[in-house]
Amino acid sequence: MDFLSYLINGLGLGSVYAIIALGYTMVYGIAKMLNFAHGDVIMVGAYVAFFSISNLGLPLIPAVLLSIVVCTVLGVVIERLAYKPLRAASALSVLITAIGVSYFLQNAAQLLWSSSTKVFPSVISNGGISWNGLTVSWLTLITIGVCVLVMICLTLFINHTKTGRAMRACSEDKGASTLMGINVNLMISITFAIGSGLAAIASVLLCAAYPSVFPTLGAMPGIKAFTAAVFGGIGSIPGAFLGGLLLGVIEIFAKAYISTQLSDAIVFAVLILVLLIKPTGLLGKRIREKV
Amino acid sequence: MLKITDLKVSYGMIEAIKGISFEVNDGEIVTLIGANGAGKTTTMHAISGLLKPKAGSITLNGTELTKLPPHKIVGMGLAQVPEGRRVFAQQTVEENLALGAYSRKDKDAIEADLADVFTLFPRLLERRKQMAGTLSGGEQQMLAMGRALMAKPSILLLDEPSMGLSPLLVSEIFHIIVEINRKGTTILLVEQNAIRALDIANRAYVLETGHITISDTGEKLMKDERVKEAYLGG
Repeated sequence: MDFLSYLINGLGLGSVYAIIALGYTMVYGIAKMLNFAHGDVIMVGAYVAFFSISNLGLPLIPAVLLSIVVCTVLGVVIERLAYKPLRAASALSVLITAIGVSYFLQNAAQLLWSSSTKVFPSVISNGGISWNGLTVSWLTLITIGVCVLVMICLTLFINHTKTGRAMRACSEDKGASTLMGINVNLMISITFAIGSGLAAIASVLLCAAYPSVFPTLGAMPGIKAFTAAVFGGIGSIPGAFLGGLLLGVIEIFAKAYISTQLSDAIVFAVLILVLLIKPTGLLGKRIREKV
Repeated sequence: MLKITDLKVSYGMIEAIKGISFEVNDGEIVTLIGANGAGKTTTMHAISGLLKPKAGSITLNGTELTKLPPHKIVGMGLAQVPEGRRVFAQQTVEENLALGAYSRKDKDAIEADLADVFTLFPRLLERRKQMAGTLSGGEQQMLAMGRALMAKPSILLLDEPSMGLSPLLVSEIFHIIVEINRKGTTILLVEQNAIRALDIANRAYVLETGHITISDTGEKLMKDERVKEAYLGG
């Protein structure tokens, strides 16, 4: 029973990684950049949810919606102000800018809300469902459920809508997309909006599990989710889900069976191993070229 | 009518197009021939908005295209089949064609045009569910042309449509270009295969290192000694 319980908890943690990893992978797929400020958008989302619940007294769902709105706008604004002017610049300049945006957000949060940790209110009731001695908390169930729902909606959107098709076209060839009449800048904005909105959802799930809110809270989940995206094959949406879930399960198993202290090291060792065997990640696209 | 006046395009400090003027009248097939690096593709990209010109004007039926955002140009009735086809390899043939009609809102007419494209290229109908990346070079060229036609352009720009194709396929592609033109679409064709291009063109321009050096009817250029020597293999 322990094994099953660890597995489900791993999937719960992995679901959060997967939702965050989507932001990295979608932005990479379309804008071909690593948005290292993505983790800090999670942090902003967490603060917005915290203040909405604790100070404004909003119920959970409106608080989450407000957090989504704020993060979506923030993501689009970051892209417009920091990344769009660098569209023609080298990948390195964009990367350094993204790291700069990350530090900017962390320090702005410290200035605005101080560096002291705030305790996120308990928003999801403690119990859970038990079956044959196996107990799964509501939070874990909700987290996995949200992840599945996000995956279904996003897959439908990307594969079966006109905008989704246009986004996939942009990820392949921006010039040819422009020739089709696709506004590439708009598609990049939409991508940042979706990724940042998902970051807000992830922030609430994360804070419900680990109820502390502080200015650097996004850093570690951000790095883990980025790892998950690379693990699954960066640029691939199913890859982000698979990578996120696997990473969560590996982390929980490593903590349970090997060592709590070494769990992160084990996670990254597995990543290195996967990349050695399959450099494009588990579901990464091989670059196909045909003349 | 597409009218290009004193067009200059630069890559950084290097001026690739040094002030060219030409026009394409409604219903014509006009070809731009020239050696590698003469600036043919650069000219095409400037017209379709992928490159911002340094100076000069490009008007389509009186509308200045250089002032429009690049993605608005196809909506003005100008579509381009880019060099190297550039189909969306990871989308199906059908999805590629739907993307061609991205700028249009007239659903019923789009359906009818899709049927027309399949009539023109029956091969695409057979392969409609297949990923574009799995098509042969000739099929990809057909898809790129069909995709451009889905925008219902009044003028179609074709950049090196014969590149990398077998002589038999080249004949088929040129036959289809004439067919498209006969149905009322104006054509601007860029080609290294000068014989084929001059053969179907009403008029032609010769582009040499960023300048237009010769212009005449296709028929006359075919007999022009300078053109013969430089582009038609003597």
